[in-house]
Amino acid sequence: MARRLARMSAYTDEELMAVTMARLLADSQHVAVGALSPLPATAALLARARRPGLRVTILGSRHHNPFTDGGRELFDCAAQGRIDTFFLSGAQIDGQANINLVGTGDYAKPTKRFPGSFGSAYLYSLVKTVILFKPEHTPRVLVPRVEFVSAAGVSPPHEYRPGGPRHLVTGRALFDFAQGRFTLKSVHPGQTVEDIVRETGFDFDRGAVGATPPPSGDELALLRGVVRREVADTYPRFAAKAFGV
Amino acid sequence: MSTIVQTLTEFVADIVDDSRVAIPPDYSGVAMAATRALILRGARGLRLVAVPQAGFQADILIGAGCVASIETAGINLGEYGLAPRYTDAIQRGELRVIDATCPAVHAGLQAAEKGIPFMPLRGILGSDLLRVRPDWRVIDNPYGDHDPIVLIPAIRPDIALFHAACADRDGNVWVGVRRELMTMAHAAARSFVTVESVSDRNLLEDPALAAGTIPGLYIDRVCVAPGGMRPLPFGDDAGDAAALSTYARGAASPEGYAQWLAGWLA
Repeated sequence: MARRLARMSAYTDEELMAVTMARLLADSQHVAVGALSPLPATAALLARARRPGLRVTILGSRHHNPFTDGGRELFDCAAQGRIDTFFLSGAQIDGQANINLVGTGDYAKPTKRFPGSFGSAYLYSLVKTVILFKPEHTPRVLVPRVEFVSAAGVSPPHEYRPGGPRHLVTGRALFDFAQGRFTLKSVHPGQTVEDIVRETGFDFDRGAVGATPPPSGDELALLRGVVRREVADTYPRFAAKAFGV
Repeated sequence: MSTIVQTLTEFVADIVDDSRVAIPPDYSGVAMAATRALILRGARGLRLVAVPQAGFQADILIGAGCVASIETAGINLGEYGLAPRYTDAIQRGELRVIDATCPAVHAGLQAAEKGIPFMPLRGILGSDLLRVRPDWRVIDNPYGDHDPIVLIPAIRPDIALFHAACADRDGNVWVGVRRELMTMAHAAARSFVTVESVSDRNLLEDPALAAGTIPGLYIDRVCVAPGGMRPLPFGDDAGDAAALSTYARGAASPEGYAQWLAGWLA
């Protein structure tokens, strides 16, 4: 993402998304971050920098991974309810919060093939609070209906499902998700509600839409100091370019 | 019976064509030197099982035409982006992908190590993975009341292939905290391991090491290959970022991949 230099803002797009995600972690005791998730790692480490008791587990990290029983332990932990918050994304996300990480077109001969579902099909149901994140906010990725459901946003009442999606943070806005519908909560600096309607391919509800607060001086200082150093342990390339330093 | 072989050529000779081969993720001890030897041998028809996701190794093997299918929860080159040879092979219809989700791969291997036919697993309900994986069944929990639950069949690879820090003369292999390697070794019919070094001391005699050691009864071939996971990171070795970046750039096109491969094999 380009930095917001055109508007002379004092922070990067990544920093704004990370602080917006970090503010959603206030009720969590244990936040876990999966593979290929530098933005969630940044958000979780920022939340912990402000609240040192928060337990943060980052897959692929040597210093923020407490597990000693192999790759399965994160998933076993999740099924037991020992993880409060997890982050997921999708190449496509639809208005029912279904996510697609597999592909478009015919499954057997896809027009576009994405990397795969990873742990989403499982964790989306079992972790109490799942925060969706997607820097790109266009009708191309926020679609009326995903072409492959890697993980379903909602389940029939009789299916065992202690968790699910609660929020969606994009490069333009913050949504909440409940009762099978997204509700626009706040728009990021420089965006209008009309922009969000135009750039979102699915229908959503609107209540009192606020403005996403920009990163505070304290948040930026933590992000560019201790958080950036900790993120570099797992995501050196991201750490080198995402922060306004 | 574990055998310490002297060369990687001997080591890969018994990884025959069409074998179902379990491989670890990029951070967990990938046998890259052995992968190179497999390509030099001209391996064909390998059926990879990624535990639970794949990266550089699988992309390289796919590009070299060694792979018939891959069961995986996902594949990418981490911070270096999409796996280009994989994407290309799928779109040309040359690779069968068996889509999974991470805990299902772990559960299938756990069923195999227990010698049972399947493992029940929470979640997954509502996912289209159930549509494309007819071998994953949904039953009503016999201990519950109208409680659907997914069953994952046992995954029993022919061979588990990985790199580890250390073996001993009895074929015991120390993997430390990387216990998915232990699950792989338990589940696979045979395990082939490249190591940094072979210790003259029995690893099981040191209580600090024993808990992280795979007993030799699961290990069939050991070959000393110092740096055998490079350019991937492993343990204290941060990996070779420049080499990984060079691969990701080159493999973006078939010609670039061919050039990269020729250099790697040279």
